[in-house]
Amino acid sequence: MTNQIALEPSDAELVERAKSGDLHAFEALANRHEQRVYSLALRMLRQEQDAEDVTQQTFLSALENLNGFRGEASFSTWLLRIATYAALKVIRKRKGLETVSLEEATEGTDDSDTVPHPEYIADWRQSPEELVHKNEIRRLLDDALAKLDEKHRLVFLLRDVEGLSVKETAEALGLTEANTKVRLLRARLQLRELLTRTLGDPARQVMPAHNHAH
Amino acid sequence: MKCEELIAFLNEYVDGAVDPAICEEFEKHMAGCDPCQVVVDNVRKTITLYKEGKPYELPVEFRQRLHAALRQRWKEKHSTGQATTAP
Repeated sequence: MTNQIALEPSDAELVERAKSGDLHAFEALANRHEQRVYSLALRMLRQEQDAEDVTQQTFLSALENLNGFRGEASFSTWLLRIATYAALKVIRKRKGLETVSLEEATEGTDDSDTVPHPEYIADWRQSPEELVHKNEIRRLLDDALAKLDEKHRLVFLLRDVEGLSVKETAEALGLTEANTKVRLLRARLQLRELLTRTLGDPARQVMPAHNHAH
Repeated sequence: MKCEELIAFLNEYVDGAVDPAICEEFEKHMAGCDPCQVVVDNVRKTITLYKEGKPYELPVEFRQRLHAALRQRWKEKHSTGQATTAP
């Protein structure tokens, strides 16, 4: 055995190589990130054909604009922003709202509403670490996501599934940070409610404390 | 702090971005309120579960199409522009 250590090149190294004309480096980047981009698009649009279109547009756009990527954000964040932009275009088209701003395209009327009160409160029967390995869990998670309003779902996907910051999420969706935070809170609470109804242990249910004013 | 106020600071708390003074009040409330304790724990677990979830595989046929399209566009871009050669 020689002292070869198969160190994977970083995204930044691959980007530099791709910028200087190395197709293999670009394909390696695509291989590395295509599932993430596709999954985001699929969860945003919930339609395979649209998700494929967005994925292809994202990588073609990345190929064209690679020299414009200056590394202020990570490469994956940059890609996810391109994908989000493409997905929002599909959403606007579906709604026949091609002329309105991104903010309006995902805007509803209930951002000023109070956040929902937790209703079903119970400890879960299993830890997330145990649950992650179950095949049926992805179905449960995606079904719960599908029940959210689009505007809440998009924020949750970028912030909590993809791990973007609140600021990056707001920028990608063309929202204010304050608005992003409100949507995120509603999304998290709604998903908690939905998942707990399936994953919660009825024997360890606690009743909501009604010490609020109404 | 009431339950409702706790919910309003939930994002900041689970993201570890809450103001220390509020954090103290938050934890004081939780210590005496089972429902809030469980809700916070549920929310943390919800986020973890989504974060750790597996991405989807691309359909095989689409993946081939995607990579063919990328190679094609790459060739077009690099044959007209600078004379760098793709291996």
